[in-house]
Order: sequence, then structure tokens, then C-alpha cells
Amino acid sequence: MPTVSVKRDLLFRALGRTYTDEEFDELCFEFGLELDEITSEKEIISKEQGNEKAHGASDVVLYKIDVPANRYDLLCLEGLVRGLQVFKERIKTPMYKRVMPKGEVQKLIITEETAKIRPYAVAAVLRNIKFTKDRYDSFIELQEKLHQNICRKRALVAIGTHDLDTLSGPFTYTAKKPSDIKFKPLNKNKEYTACELMNIYKTDNQLKHYLHIIENKPLYPVIYDSNGVVLSMPPIINGNHSKITVNTKNVFIECTGTDFTKAKIVLDVIVTMFSEYCENQFTVEAAEVVFPNGKLHTFPELAYRKEMVRADLINKKVGIRETPENLAKLLTRMCLKSEVIGDGNQIEVEIPPTRADIIHACDIIEDAAIAYGYNNIQMTLPKTYTIANQFPLNKLTELLRQDIAAAGFTEALTFALCSQEDIADKLGMDISATKAIHISNPKTAEFQVARTTLLPGLLKTIAANRKMPLPLKLFEISDIVIKDSSRDVGARNYRHLCAVYYNKNPGFEIIHGLLDRIMQLLDVPPGEKKGGYAIKASEGSAFFPGRCAEIFARGQSIGKLGVLHPDVITKFELTMPCSCVEINIEPFL
Amino acid sequence: MADGPVAEVLLRRLETADGGLDSAELATELGVEHQTVVGAVKSLQALGEIIETELRSSKRWELTAEGEEIAQEGSHEARVFRSIPPEGLPQSELMRLPSGKVGFSKAMSNKWIRVDKSAADGPRVFRVVDSVEDEVQRRLQLVRGGQAEKLGEKERSELRKRKLLTEVTLKTYWVSKGSAFSTSISKQETELSPEMISSGSWRDRPFKPYNFSAHGVLPDSGHLHPLLKVRSQFRQIFLEMGFTEMPTDNYIESSFWNFDALFQPQQHPARDQHDTFFLRDPAQAQQLPMDYVHRVKRTHSQGGYGSQGYKYNWKLDEARKNLLRTHTTAASARALYRLAQKKPFTPAKYFSIDRVFRNETLDATHLAEFHQIEGVVADHGLTLGHLMGVLREFFTKLGITQLRFKPAYNPYTEPSMEVFSYHQGLKKWVEVGNSGIFRPEMLLPMGLPENVSVIAWGLSLERPTMIKYGINNIRELVGHKVNLQMVYDSPLCRLDAERGPPSTQEAA
Repeated sequence: MPTVSVKRDLLFRALGRTYTDEEFDELCFEFGLELDEITSEKEIISKEQGNEKAHGASDVVLYKIDVPANRYDLLCLEGLVRGLQVFKERIKTPMYKRVMPKGEVQKLIITEETAKIRPYAVAAVLRNIKFTKDRYDSFIELQEKLHQNICRKRALVAIGTHDLDTLSGPFTYTAKKPSDIKFKPLNKNKEYTACELMNIYKTDNQLKHYLHIIENKPLYPVIYDSNGVVLSMPPIINGNHSKITVNTKNVFIECTGTDFTKAKIVLDVIVTMFSEYCENQFTVEAAEVVFPNGKLHTFPELAYRKEMVRADLINKKVGIRETPENLAKLLTRMCLKSEVIGDGNQIEVEIPPTRADIIHACDIIEDAAIAYGYNNIQMTLPKTYTIANQFPLNKLTELLRQDIAAAGFTEALTFALCSQEDIADKLGMDISATKAIHISNPKTAEFQVARTTLLPGLLKTIAANRKMPLPLKLFEISDIVIKDSSRDVGARNYRHLCAVYYNKNPGFEIIHGLLDRIMQLLDVPPGEKKGGYAIKASEGSAFFPGRCAEIFARGQSIGKLGVLHPDVITKFELTMPCSCVEINIEPFL
Repeated sequence: MADGPVAEVLLRRLETADGGLDSAELATELGVEHQTVVGAVKSLQALGEIIETELRSSKRWELTAEGEEIAQEGSHEARVFRSIPPEGLPQSELMRLPSGKVGFSKAMSNKWIRVDKSAADGPRVFRVVDSVEDEVQRRLQLVRGGQAEKLGEKERSELRKRKLLTEVTLKTYWVSKGSAFSTSISKQETELSPEMISSGSWRDRPFKPYNFSAHGVLPDSGHLHPLLKVRSQFRQIFLEMGFTEMPTDNYIESSFWNFDALFQPQQHPARDQHDTFFLRDPAQAQQLPMDYVHRVKRTHSQGGYGSQGYKYNWKLDEARKNLLRTHTTAASARALYRLAQKKPFTPAKYFSIDRVFRNETLDATHLAEFHQIEGVVADHGLTLGHLMGVLREFFTKLGITQLRFKPAYNPYTEPSMEVFSYHQGLKKWVEVGNSGIFRPEMLLPMGLPENVSVIAWGLSLERPTMIKYGINNIRELVGHKVNLQMVYDSPLCRLDAERGPPSTQEAA
């Protein structure tokens, strides 16, 4: 969930009133926001870098507000204020307008070289904008928030904003060999080639995260003006030449990306938020983009869409009984201008360009419910009549664990993921013999594979509890995972039961006795006939030679028991003899 | 031991003694070790008010081993003197005697002997006087006889310097009659025995009182894991509410069931390598229900079922990618798909509690795997009010009655609501679960009828357990680093019977 940080006093000034922290928290809660933290720059620096560094930092109160991940229109102070003011019916939601300039329209021409790397671009102009320090900071911050969220860290969309008065159109969006791109990047006073820049930014804490998007590609995307000035090399860096400042009057905005829909949404969000500060409020100057196929598109789209929703559907889905007029009023408070039309039960809802999150009637219904107030909805119980059933495997597990604990063994709960070493090397096996599934992106060795046996987890539990009085008697009933090509995903779980006995003597007879008890509980008689059980001398790499037996029940092998091999004991950092039993309980369902 | 002979004698003596008696004196009189008398005193003390004791310490002079030898054999100088015959003895020979070296110099300074250095075969020692008085031996014999006080301070300290005497502290008991004095203590029994029951002798015997402030002996037993005890309670609650358990015994899922089926777009951050464990082997799901897959693809890329869709290029390869399920909602999707295939539609209530996996940064409250609790109701005409009603009943069974609901965003539910409850300890509202109504874009491609709604909610098992058992570090609860003592000591899980501070119920 994105967090937006706004200055409290600035926020209150824009809202036209002040709130106590509690009141504002309450307002956020009602609207679906969360006042996550009340802090200041000073406090943040002091927390992260210590009190000394914080000396002299601003102690202006900051509100950190959590915003739902699909509400890009609330990612800046401007949007938050607009949303809350409309919600509280203090203002009406603005109409955003795209206008053609009196003179020549700005043009961005996309060449076909971009197709393989970053094929889409959209653009717009904010004309006669008036920045202040706070507005400028918010403008930059919004771009950062969009980059981190909907733009997927610039992979899907990257934004470039430029001082239009330093440039001269038409602009060309193309892709070139990195060695052929040379320009003075933002905040540097020297020209570099793209190759050099990629090297320099490897150590840049912010930019290094974006390099992989174009690194190793034969061509890099780049935007030029008609004089060959580089506007930006998306998605990495803008040129220094067209850098915007607090004094910039006319802003040229370009968004490039691999996802056309998202590029258009991002552009719409930026211009709807900041056209507030244009001479003609909420008016955006169009720009034309020529695609490689010659087609000409005008941006920003700023599309308004009409949806028809029946009032009784809203009432039925939410569980309220409001008149169509009231429902229309509720929706209007959520920036969805609505009116009752037709037979008096139809509500026509206008979806503004700021609300890209509204893609279905259910999204409209939710907004009606939020405006109504979730906590005002009458709670009722559904009349759904059903008979409960347990999942048979879990039912058996629940019964067994109770009785195994009654037999004196203590239940452990160990991880399903572990290292290859745990399930193979430490048990004297080769990993290829385990049929384990392998994780492709583990951050540490602890998450290389899913366990194929419960034994390592129990031995590690003992190792972590060596100070406890002996004997240690542990068990676990849980799932292991084995590759199985007959399953849709190529793997399946098996429910295993494992128990260990750790003491100064191996206690094979105790583990054997537990097996006998388990079989008694499962109503499986001793002896091989008539679906009984028996153990037969066997061997296994984890066991001491001559101290291992395979367990057969109901005509199939279900597991092994025995005394662990001293090498296994040592590898799990244990010092005492240990015996264990591990069986698959699924045959007993 | 209280019925031992020494204790009996002690009590008999005490009965006639004037005021009391001293344990050391008694030991001397009886000719036993002082320690034996002390043992008898202690065992009598344990019986209550039979005797009263006062610890006394006294100092006494004792001979060292060498002092003992001298008291017996005479001082070294006297022994040297006695070993010299009238015709004298060569000095070298004298020096080889056991007392030679020490005795020679002492006898010389006492002027008992002399040395003639002019003798033909080397220096020769002769007596000077005819007889000597062995004062050292006499004094040591006095000390041995218990008459050390007859010696002067100076004499004693000289003997101590010669390491012949030492001063020892003796701890003795002054024993007197207690308030419950009796000479017949030997009859007190510690425990009832089968013989006493059969003979009836218990009627006439006094029994040693129990110490009720001591702890009992804990029974030898196995223990269930606290997290799984809580899991059992949650299962019980769902079963009480008529919910059927879904199969969740498949940790490995395809991206299709984990994400795509839930209308979670392929560029969603949760599908990032940083958040989800993907599989190298088996990397891809080979079988997918292709008819359904096509409907899902269309809904994502173009919309449909009243939806605009996400308008992007949906890729089958992305959907085939295998992963460790990131939520049990993947299992719910499978269950709802199966339900959708059953005609006609029958209402259903489902639940599951099982492990899920996240490739997250680990800290004191986050692990790479945890348990998710999920409840699902599918029926005609379910409303947000129904969802809230079910949640109220569910949380009431957990002992949580003060609830409120916050609008939220989940990719696959709309409307969505986070559930908050007022925490008495923290004095604030804390999130206890997440919930919502599944999106039509998820349900309709499965084939569920249009007027069927599915409400669902989820929470983690670890969080309420950590709060319940007061555990701050999740590693102490889950995984091999568990503190077994905590497992041994953990109480029953009674979710609706909180101990300690006033419950939320009272506050309401």
C-alpha cells in the first residue's frame, strides 16, 4: 500500500479547516485511508541516522497516509484534498478539459526502433502553471509515487517532465545504440554517453534499480527535440537542459512505456492533479503523438465514461435501502457524478479520468457503500443452510496428534521450506534422489527446496533445545512435497507423521512402541496378513547399519524406523543417540 | 532418623536436663562424632516444635598432627638429646636422625648439647647436662587433655607459630525443650502405607505434616504445539458455524490458480520475484482447464462480464509458472471452480487453515511461511451486510465483540473491508482481518450464476496466537528455534475466555 507524506498544516489550509489528530484519523478511516504515522522530517532523520544528523532538519508536522493501491488519484496532497473535499461536499468534483493550443500543437513522433524496447509514448502540456516550493515538491513526489506503484518501478511506464520553454518541438522518440547517445543528464554539468551513464549510475542508490530495464539491450530509448537536445533517456534519466524548476511556466510531460493503458492512466493522473495550478484551472493542453504506423493520437485522453447502474442492484449488493436519488448523491461524493434517469431506478454514473480503478459496476457499488459508511450498514446473517464437513485428511491428523501427545510425545511445528543440505547431504543422500521441488529465487539457502521428509525439522528442533532435560520426545504431522508428473502442477503433498526419541540410549524400543501404538490407534493389527502391519530389516543412508526397518501396512511400504547414523546426528549438531520413525498416513484414510 | 538411637537418647537426657544441653558435650559423653548428634538435632527440628535449638559457636585449641606426635614422642630437641650416648655422636650421624635438624639447633640454643669440632673423625656432639625437662611436650599434653587455658597467651602463640597448635571454631547446638516436647517422637509417619490400611494402624499413628507451599511434581506427558492448539480452535469455530473444510494439501500452485483466476493482473507487484517463491523444478504447470483459462484471459485482456478488464497482453506462459502458493485463496478459487461445475448451483460455506509462502524480508513478526485462515460463503443475493454479520459471529466466538470496518483495496474483492477490533491493552483499534465480496470478473468466468455472490475473509493464525500467548518473536513460536519449555508450559487455548485485563465485552 503506498504511503503519501503531506505537511499537516498545508493539508489543513487546503481543506479549509483544522482537525485534531483523532478527528483526521477518523476521517481517513471512513474514507478508506489510514493515518499511518504522525512525524516530521527531523524525527525521520533522527530515527534513521541518529539525532546528530537530524540537527537543523525541519520539524514541520508530517502526516503519513496509507492510500489504497488502486487509487492513483490520491497519491499527492492535491488529490487527497480534492477527494476529501468532494467527499465532505465542500466542493464539486472538477471537470477536466483538454484544449488545443492557439498556436501550434506540440508533437511527439515515435520511430519504429522503439518497438523492441519500449514501444509506447504519450504526452501533454501544462500551460501557464504557477509552482511554489511546496507545489513543485509535490509534483516531483507524485511522479516518484507513480513510478513506484502503477509504473512498476519504471518498468511499465516512465515519466519525464520538462521546461517547454527551453525546448523546441516537434520531438522525436526513438531508440539508438548506447554509444550514439550523448547528453548532459539531470544535475550533471558534463556530457556523457549512455554507456558511461549506465556505469556511473551503478553506484547511484536511486537509479541503480532501473538500469536492468534497458541494460544489455542493443538500443536504448531516447527523446530529442528538433534541435537534437536530449529530453530524456527513459526510463533512466532526463536531460539537464530541460530541467524544470519552481519558476517553470510551461511543462511538457512525456510518458513512455511497455503498457499503453498504464501510460495513458499515468499521464491523466499527472495532468488532472496539477492542472489545478494552471492559469485555466483543470485545463490541459493537448499534444499529438505520431505512431510508427503514421497514425496520429491526441493526448491526454481525459476520457469520461458513462455507466448505468440500477439502484436496486446497489441496495441489494450492499444490503441497504436507499432511494435512487440518495444513492446518486452518495456516488457524487466519491467523485462519481451521478444522476437518476429513465424509469427512476437507473443511475447514470460518470467515471472521470481520475478514476481508472472503476472498471466494473462492483467498483461503483463499493463507492456507494463507502459514502453510505460501512459502519452504518445493518449487519445480518445470511440464511445459507449448509452441513459442515471436515477434510478427511485433516480430521485424521487432528485425531492422531491428540493421541500421540497423550503417548508422551511433544508436537513440533517446523518449516516446509529448507536447504538442499537438510534433506540430502545431512541425511547421506544425493539431492537428485529426493524428488524434491526446487525454488528458483530463494534469498537464502534456507528456502532452496520444500522438505521431502519431516525428520530434518525435528532434528533441528532438538538441536535448538539441547539444554532441555532428556529424553526429548518430539513428533510432527504435516505435509512434505514430492515431484509427481501426474499432477497438474507436477508436484504433490503427502501427509507424513514423524517422531524422534533423543536420549543417552537410542531407545529403538520406544520408537518401535510408538509405531505399535499408532497402528493400534489406526486399528491396524500386527502381522502381514489381513491388512496388518509388519516391520522388516532394511537399510537407509540416514540409519545406523543393522538398525533400520521398513514399515509395511495394508500391503504397502509406508515408511521406515530405526536408529540414526552417527554421521547424521553429528551433522545436525547433536551428541546423543537418536531413533526415529516416519510414515505416510494417507493409506489410512 | 528421628527414631535413631542418638535422637532418642538426646530426648531422654533433655527430659531430665536442667534447662538444656550442649550437642558437643553430649557427643563427648556418648563417645560419638559430634556430627552424629547434629544430625539427630536436625531431624528432630524437622518434626516441628519438639525441641528448640540455639546455634552457638565456641573456640578451642587443638593439636596439629605434628603437635600430636610431639605430645606422644617428645619434642625434637628432647629426642636429639636422648639419642646422644655419653661418648658423644658424630654430628653427621646426628643430622641423619628424623628430628636431627630441628632438634639440633633447638637443643643447642637450650644449651643441652655441645659440638667438639676438633675430634679426629669430624665434629662430634656431646651432652652438656645429664637430664632435661621437656617443657614443650608437657604443654602440648596439657592442651590434649583439654586444659589449654592453663597455658599463658604467650606460650600458646609460640606453639602456634611452631605449627603445633591451632585454634578451631566449634559450632554446637544448645538444645532445650520445645512447646510440643515429647520423648515418643519415633512414631511419626511420613506416608500412609498399604500395611497401615490393612492393619488399621494408621488410626494410632501421628503423621508428619505436609508442606503445602511446595510445588507438586508435574506429570510426564507430551504436549500439543500452541499454534496448532489455536488452529484446532479455529477449525472448531468454523465447524460450529457450518463451514466445510477445503482441501489445501497442495503447497505448489500454478500462477494461474494463485493469481490469474483471482483476476490479479500479470504485472501485479505480488507476482514479482521479490514477493513470491517461483519454482525452478517443476517450473511450469502442464495441465490447466483450457476452456476456463480462455475466459480468464479474455476478462483480463479485453474485459467482459460487465468489466472493462485490465487491457493488457495476457500471457499463458506467465499463468503456467509454478510457485509456492502465496495465499490459501488459490485453494478457495479451485473449490469455487468445482462448485461452479456442479449444476444446479448449491449454496456453500467453506473454510481452510493452512500454510502460505512469501519471499519476504524476515523480521520479528514475519516469516517466509505462515498460516492463513480463510472463510468463504457462496449463495444467491449475499450482501455486504451479510459479510459483516458473519464476521461479527465469527469474531464473537474469538472473544472479540467490538468491531469496525474500513474500506480497503484487494485485487480480487470489491467491495473490500478491513476488520478492526478495539484492543484494550494497546488502547487502539488494530486490524484483525481482511474481507470482501469476490469480484464478478473472478466468479463469472468460473461459471457461477450471475446472481450468486461470494463473501470471504481471511486472517493469519500466527498473529492472534502471538497475542494470545504473549509471544513477541515469531521464531519462538514457529519453526525449529521454538522454545520447547514454552510449548510444555502453554495453557489450553480458550479463545472466548480471555484471562487478565477486562475483556472487550465489558468495555462495550
